[in-house]
Amino acid sequence: MNQRRSFFVLTAMAFGFAFLYIPILSMVVYSFNNSKLVTVWDAAHSPTIKWYVALLGDTQVLEAARLSLKIAAMNATGAVILGTLAGLALARFGRFKGRTLLTGLTTAPMVMPEVITGLAMLLLFVAMQSVVGWPEGRGVTTITIAHITFSMAYVTVVIQSRLLTLDESLEEAAMDLGARPAKVFFVITLPIIFPAILSGWLLAFTLSWDDLVITSFVSGPGSTTLPQLIFSKVRLGVNPSINALATVMVLLVAVCIVFAGIWMQRQEKKRQRDAQLALAANQEGV
Amino acid sequence: MSGVAQPNLGQVLSGLLQALLGWAPVRAAQGRLKDWGVTGRMAVTAVPYLWLLVFFLVPFFIVLKISFSSVEIAMPPFAPLIQWADDKVMLIRLNLGNYQFLWEDELYSSALLNSLKMAGVSTTLALLVGYPMAYGIARSSREWRNILLMLVMLPFWTSFLLRVYAWIGLLGINSPINQMLLALGLIDEPVSLLQTDWAVYIGIVYSYLPFMVLPLYTAIEKLDGTLLEAAADLGCRPTRTFFSITLPLTKEGIVAGCMLVFIPATGEFVIPALLGGPDSLMIGRVLWEEFFNNRDWPVASAVAILLLLLLVGPIMLYQRVQQAAGGAHR
Repeated sequence: MNQRRSFFVLTAMAFGFAFLYIPILSMVVYSFNNSKLVTVWDAAHSPTIKWYVALLGDTQVLEAARLSLKIAAMNATGAVILGTLAGLALARFGRFKGRTLLTGLTTAPMVMPEVITGLAMLLLFVAMQSVVGWPEGRGVTTITIAHITFSMAYVTVVIQSRLLTLDESLEEAAMDLGARPAKVFFVITLPIIFPAILSGWLLAFTLSWDDLVITSFVSGPGSTTLPQLIFSKVRLGVNPSINALATVMVLLVAVCIVFAGIWMQRQEKKRQRDAQLALAANQEGV
Repeated sequence: MSGVAQPNLGQVLSGLLQALLGWAPVRAAQGRLKDWGVTGRMAVTAVPYLWLLVFFLVPFFIVLKISFSSVEIAMPPFAPLIQWADDKVMLIRLNLGNYQFLWEDELYSSALLNSLKMAGVSTTLALLVGYPMAYGIARSSREWRNILLMLVMLPFWTSFLLRVYAWIGLLGINSPINQMLLALGLIDEPVSLLQTDWAVYIGIVYSYLPFMVLPLYTAIEKLDGTLLEAAADLGCRPTRTFFSITLPLTKEGIVAGCMLVFIPATGEFVIPALLGGPDSLMIGRVLWEEFFNNRDWPVASAVAILLLLLLVGPIMLYQRVQQAAGGAHR
């Protein structure tokens, strides 16, 4: 079927990928522009790294980035734990009571408009504070809880689909040999689905690191995340140091993705080699 | 053979968790739970279930409740719905005023209709751009397929806000695109698309394109190639094959992709706020302004409820398609 791509399809693909990447590339290019006017290329004095230098000295940006990193890491860890449990329940426990509601609750946060989720979470936190006295005010805790709630849905989908494609016979064999369900999960299932857990963690991390709308509703004074800071700067007008910041973030993401890709490929190769070794040992009658 | 002996991260984690499971206090707790008739399965299901009930489902009822309340200058800025008079009589004051206000003020109905129009147009454009891309990727060789899929996903991993911001420079009056078109003589004077509906369409299609391409790709990839060959052998022209075989058989992917774009686009805030003009109001932006600028929480809640009612249909449709796909998977 490889040859069946017509000229039209190839053109459409080229257009589509250009559309996806030109804006990102333009930010990278203009981050080296000397002119303060973002879209006018000052050929005489460019390229320059002065916006990167300015970025390093901007304590506001650095502080916001630190806060965002902290929230994203806590969120990703919480979302992975809850998402793995939910994915396990949906993929392995058959038709239990309340399964339909759980499916709905795990897909709804992914499509729900963020303004609704944000407002709903804020009103919940306000109500909780007046009824049980917790959480006190709004800040890192409320942002993290809100992020976990919407990003665990994505982790659930990743884990669930990995478990559905996984051959259940290994788990059944362990069960037949008398291993308790919890032990089967930790010894057999967890190591196999670990790459999926890792990509779920990275996905949850990115979702939190990137979120503006929900964060704006549930954050309090003194907890300004990086997207909030960027938004307030962008609203005041285009700013070349944002281009520099964008370039740094794109570069970091690209490096992480490439490393994660290489790591996963190596894991896959190692698993195949281990399986071959096991097979060879078996044939020798060991 | 050093590679075999090296434990990987997954095995280390698994070992740590096993050790935790064997720890005496954990065992004791497990035993107690079993005495109460709580099985492991129930515990595994209950934790995420409770979390989602408390932090996702309950909040919607609170939004519903507050949409019936009236605004007050206080913190939180709304009047309680339930009051106790003389410690005995419970008074419930349902205030339908917010909904009446939304009904009477044309701003809200036009913003709602405008959001539906903007989301509808953007979804159609995203489908037109996304379908050929997904088709081309699904028909590529195996190595290319993974690379191209990765390239579709990659922008999704970089900041959404910054990607929308990039378009401010590209659509403005001094943009490189404008300069190129001027140099080529295609236009006489620079045009700025910024602060127009087209800027918002471009922003939405650009931001949500991966969500359109991925379900389409899954559907097209599953398509049985022999059907297309049979049609070609029987003398069917490619266009007709596409419309009578490919399109109907990838319907599920089309519905899923369209819903994944349409639903969030209807309530979108960032894209119209950064790229749209002041007169092209979208409902997400109206809700944001009611909440942050006017501090009118009850009206913001009523707007949220209306938007939710509008989107219940599309959300249910999406979940049906998802469940059907999940069922076919098993």
